[in-house]
Amino acid sequence: MKPQTLFDKVWARHVVVEEAADAPAVLYIDLHLIHEVTSPQAFAALAERGLKVRRPDRTLATLDHSTPTRPPGPDGEWPYASPEAKAQVEALQRNCAAHGIRLLGLDDPRRGIVHVIGPELGATRPGMTIVCGDSHTSTHGAFGALAFGIGTTEVGHVLATQCLLQRRPRTMRVTFGGRLQPGVGAKDMALAMIATIGADGGRGYAIEYAGKAVRSLTMEGRMTLCNMSIEAGARCGMIAPDEKTVEWLEGRELAPKGEAWTRAVEDWLSLSTDEGAAFDREVFIDAAEIRPMATYGVSPDAAAPVDGPVPADPGEAGRAAADYMRIAPGQRFSEIRVDRVFIGSCTNSRLSDLREAAAVLRGRKVKEGVTVLVAPGSEAVRSAAEAEGLHEVFLAAGAEWRLPGCSMCIAMNGDKGEPGELVVSTSNRNFMGRQGKGVRTVLASPATAAASAVEGRIADPRPYLEQAERMAS
Amino acid sequence: MSFEPFTVLRSRTLVLPQANIDTDQIIPARFLTTTTRRGLGEVAFYDWRFDEEGRPRNSSVFHGVDARAHRILVAGANFGCGSSREHASWALVDFGFRAVVSSDIADIFKSNALKNGLLPVEVDEEMHAYLLAHPGAEVQIDLEAGVIGALGGGLSAPFEVEPFARRCLVEGVDPLGHLLNQIDAIEAYEKARA
Ligand code: SF4
Repeated sequence: MKPQTLFDKVWARHVVVEEAADAPAVLYIDLHLIHEVTSPQAFAALAERGLKVRRPDRTLATLDHSTPTRPPGPDGEWPYASPEAKAQVEALQRNCAAHGIRLLGLDDPRRGIVHVIGPELGATRPGMTIVCGDSHTSTHGAFGALAFGIGTTEVGHVLATQCLLQRRPRTMRVTFGGRLQPGVGAKDMALAMIATIGADGGRGYAIEYAGKAVRSLTMEGRMTLCNMSIEAGARCGMIAPDEKTVEWLEGRELAPKGEAWTRAVEDWLSLSTDEGAAFDREVFIDAAEIRPMATYGVSPDAAAPVDGPVPADPGEAGRAAADYMRIAPGQRFSEIRVDRVFIGSCTNSRLSDLREAAAVLRGRKVKEGVTVLVAPGSEAVRSAAEAEGLHEVFLAAGAEWRLPGCSMCIAMNGDKGEPGELVVSTSNRNFMGRQGKGVRTVLASPATAAASAVEGRIADPRPYLEQAERMAS
Repeated sequence: MSFEPFTVLRSRTLVLPQANIDTDQIIPARFLTTTTRRGLGEVAFYDWRFDEEGRPRNSSVFHGVDARAHRILVAGANFGCGSSREHASWALVDFGFRAVVSSDIADIFKSNALKNGLLPVEVDEEMHAYLLAHPGAEVQIDLEAGVIGALGGGLSAPFEVEPFARRCLVEGVDPLGHLLNQIDAIEAYEKARA
């Protein structure tokens, strides 16, 4: 048999009707994640045609996007950003109740950002097809799942048929050879890759990440890397399952148990790309060369190492971006003043991300005038972090410790920056106005964001991390 | 969703030459707290069209534009990148656009647009440069022939649309109906795997 890629194997398992010249393949979807923002119109479309949800048991709902990160007031009312935000949350509650869909509601200890809770529950597993009306569904690819974002019309298609019409994408392998330097992590790898191939470099492709540096990442790091695939324009990012994947999933609520578990593990470990399998495109990146990264423009490919200057000649698009960002060509990152720091989002809000930020902030204070908001990715992350006392580290440093949700990543729930402010953010998009009207966003890792909070300027986290390491040993 | 079948579109272009126009620009997230598809044209490109106080920006290319006369949006490379929000397509259609032309258009946006009667047209660099350089040009898009051309002797170029999506647009085939017709195969697949 012809050698196959990880993508080929997962795709082949889910083809219900083969693709033809005049019609795309019918692809079966194992898990459909939904949230309050991109689902109401899909349920309405179903109602219009008198259709039911075909597989409520393969559908899982959570509240995250327009959900407050401040607790309810004394009257029990949640502090919604607007009546519309509240109506949206209520619409999802109603739709889930009407169709028998499991919803991790506002008081559920498992609620959180949709891409954080899927893996946490063990709902995300190797070899699955997973979709959600959210582009960062690529996150789940860290488990060797084929996972991608869809629009609301397609959310309706999946609700009604558990299937999607799909053309097979091309495949690209991004190999990170070599070993990462200390203080450099998955977020830096993602930004370095996007800077290399461009914000549209992955357009039309399913990416597989490979190489020693990828293998060495924790599952959480792998999720961060796959999460950012969409920022390179790719349909999805995938990493072949290995022992780490298996270990991470064992004992999770929805992971198989007993004999089914043994069988599942054997199957999962068979999903890696065969020797000699062909990709439509191959990219090689030397992981040893990567330094902590930050963005300086309004597209995620405008990224450079934090210990140097931003490029001196940004081109025409870069100049327009520089006008908005008020970062001069050739300026050093260390000269850029910071107003606000956001630590959170489906890219970097898991326990290891919070540990990384806390390692920098422990025993230190946030620079005067800088506001820091930390929003854990889920209730599970929040309680685990609190059990280790991380929240105390953040509070003592002068940061805010919030409830889980998308928060300032998309700034829909009232958490946002003010016009003109510069925000160092661990989220995934530095688009104009993404974090509030006129807000200037700089993307970076949790460690870089925390170090920047301490210095009030964009800072290299490595000295802080080294010191934390020394103290720990 | 139903919309008028798409055959030949003739209109002036509105040009946004910037590359990487993301869906947060097309419709900022704060307008996503809606539970319907309607009325989003008013907030399309809101922060480009209106200033902090909500006053129209005189410097905006949208200023004074009659949307019905400009049904073709020509944009820089990598149009529609970022968030998967279909609200971006709803907003553009509601604003009055029927086609978006660029050298390349982001995958999810393209898929969403096609489902809402908004034709994504990807053209070669030469045609792209020509259209960017001629804002307001009178352009004809013939979907069945797969040709886009500037009227009055301007440049023209072929473009491709995924065949099934084209059938949906031209013949009004409904993709969900197509999927629902496959229910037997879906059931058989589920049985075989159970
Ligand atoms: S955290 Fe941001 S990117 Fe992730 S799901 Fe929420 S809004 Fe989308």
